[in-house]
Amino acid sequence: MADPSIGLWTVPLAVFGGAIRVSTPFLFVSLGECITERSGRINLGLEGTLVMGAMSAYGISYLSGSPWLGVLAAGITGALLGALHAGICSLPRVNDVAVGIALMLFGTGLAFFLGKPLIEPTAPRLPAIDFGWWSDIPQVRAALRINVLFLIGVAIAPLLFWAFKTTRWGLLIRTAGESSDAARAMGHSVLLIRLRATMVGGFLAGIGGSFLSLFYPGSWNEGLSSGQGITAVALVIFARWDPLLCLWASLAFGGAAALGPALQSVGVTSGYHLFNAAPYILTLAIMIITCSPKRTLTGAPAELSITR
Amino acid sequence: MDFGRISRRHLLQGGAALAAGSALGLRGAMAAETTIGFIYVGSRDDYGYNQAHAQGAAALKKLPGLKVVEEEKVPETDAVEKTIESMINLDGASLLFPTSFGYYNPHMIKMANKFPKLRFEHCGGLWSEKDPKNAGSYFGYIDEAQYISGIVAGYSSKSGKLGFVAAKPIPQVLRNINAFTLGARLANPKATTQVIFTGDWSMPVKEAEATNSLIDQGVDVLTCHVDGPKTMVENAARRGAMVCGYHVNQSPLAPKAYLTGAEWNWEALYPKFVKMIAAGETIPNFYRGGLKEEIVKTSPYGEAVSAEARKHADDIKAKFLSAEGYAIFKGGLVDNKGKTVIAAGTDRGQKDPELEKMDYLVEGVLGATS
Repeated sequence: MADPSIGLWTVPLAVFGGAIRVSTPFLFVSLGECITERSGRINLGLEGTLVMGAMSAYGISYLSGSPWLGVLAAGITGALLGALHAGICSLPRVNDVAVGIALMLFGTGLAFFLGKPLIEPTAPRLPAIDFGWWSDIPQVRAALRINVLFLIGVAIAPLLFWAFKTTRWGLLIRTAGESSDAARAMGHSVLLIRLRATMVGGFLAGIGGSFLSLFYPGSWNEGLSSGQGITAVALVIFARWDPLLCLWASLAFGGAAALGPALQSVGVTSGYHLFNAAPYILTLAIMIITCSPKRTLTGAPAELSITR
Repeated sequence: MDFGRISRRHLLQGGAALAAGSALGLRGAMAAETTIGFIYVGSRDDYGYNQAHAQGAAALKKLPGLKVVEEEKVPETDAVEKTIESMINLDGASLLFPTSFGYYNPHMIKMANKFPKLRFEHCGGLWSEKDPKNAGSYFGYIDEAQYISGIVAGYSSKSGKLGFVAAKPIPQVLRNINAFTLGARLANPKATTQVIFTGDWSMPVKEAEATNSLIDQGVDVLTCHVDGPKTMVENAARRGAMVCGYHVNQSPLAPKAYLTGAEWNWEALYPKFVKMIAAGETIPNFYRGGLKEEIVKTSPYGEAVSAEARKHADDIKAKFLSAEGYAIFKGGLVDNKGKTVIAAGTDRGQKDPELEKMDYLVEGVLGATS
């Protein structure tokens, strides 16, 4: 090839590639939070879970040499943090939002503390699958080097949608979220359902963290998450507690994150701070458009403390 | 806060230390009990800016009679004033190194006025006559090392397109981008540097995206000016591009892709400062230096660097080290909007304070400062 540059095509390609590269943590955290919130509890601590997941995945991958063990460790760490949140929240007169904020600070602080010796070493990373074999344009091939975790996340979204709608477990979670009295009348322990839902949510968020440290950007440091976990929690509200919408919203956020650098690389240099803020402007705009003072948010679980 | 009492206590401590020092036969003001405080904006093992300073602090820890206290991740707000006060009042620090750019004004200036007997040394600030006499600013002309990196990058790039992942368009960053580009154009007059600003000092996802976008544009040699170059170095090497490092030597992260790098040499400077105080000299308030003064250094060349590039880079390095020095920013310099920023005939030597106010990108840089 004479000129390996593809000019302005970089921008759509970067947004597309960014949607795949950057969206995975958003996707896992938002799907996890979706399960938790559908059961009637909000876990704001997932930012801490994400960072703890990233740190423990990196540490285990470094010590054991197997990145997949790292992913598993991240999931287990996340589930334990979820159990902690659910455990504290099952005590009487405890506010789940306040506990979430405390766990967010606890998770990030603990991860920074335990992760100190992990900033320098290089751990084995997760492999990528090359879906770009058909193209001879290196940029396309690079954008299509996709990690299995992204595909798993994409598969979980419709599975979860189906599970909420048609399975017994889905119905139980929704019942606990819509009316705890009804669930209790049916003879189920609401606290147990919420414990499990929060643990599964934490498990997924932890795996989202492992993607950050083991695939992209692909190393552990303290600025790694920079608020992605908390953005993903907001994204669930934005996606109206619908797993399929969570998928699209995550992809949109990933693409938006890639917009700023991509525009600068083709020479659109004015106002890059504005483009860097694109994901947040997008959230704000949609929140303003869809909210109404006359009714509660459509699709919001009735037991959720933010809507009650 | 009852500062008078603490300062009296400190005085007594100092007196006791002095007595102990003379009993043991130690000389000078830097007797036992001298505490030096280091404040970092990020984590001190970030393979970057903070690690470079921490290596300097570690060099001080090896010297006898010194105690080093450190605090990491102190934001560039009045939080740093609280950290400074607690290092002074609780740890008895008498020499402080707030190492991040944003600590200088107003925070460190305020503290230097409040504690006029203690010494404050700031990295990167621009000390002027208005500022307190017990405050100082030191910095290295790391653009000299970036210039050398640029020469190597210019020879090593096949496409002639170089990439620069930068945090914010402040003078020090712009100076590095410009020096890197001018060096590269020495090797290849057609070379260009595409710059991407991420907006902050540590944004790993943005830095990775910037690296990928640059490589998608055909860039094949990258460097950066962010706090932790690890993300850029690893992601660029994965895509098969070559890199020049920054702050410290990152070659262990990507041994094949690493060409050379611009490194700080604080482990040489800080002990010098301490010796100056011990000898009763005052550290100049405005302290600057480059390769010759051993404040900055370059990483050893990687295996991919050609003999031609090595020779050219070594020749220029020898000029920097020579007695008459070498000016990177020579007269007749045009910025990337076509405006002449340094008139023909006036060479701006390294110590020229005009260069520390740099607000332009030179011809050959693709990008804008705002």
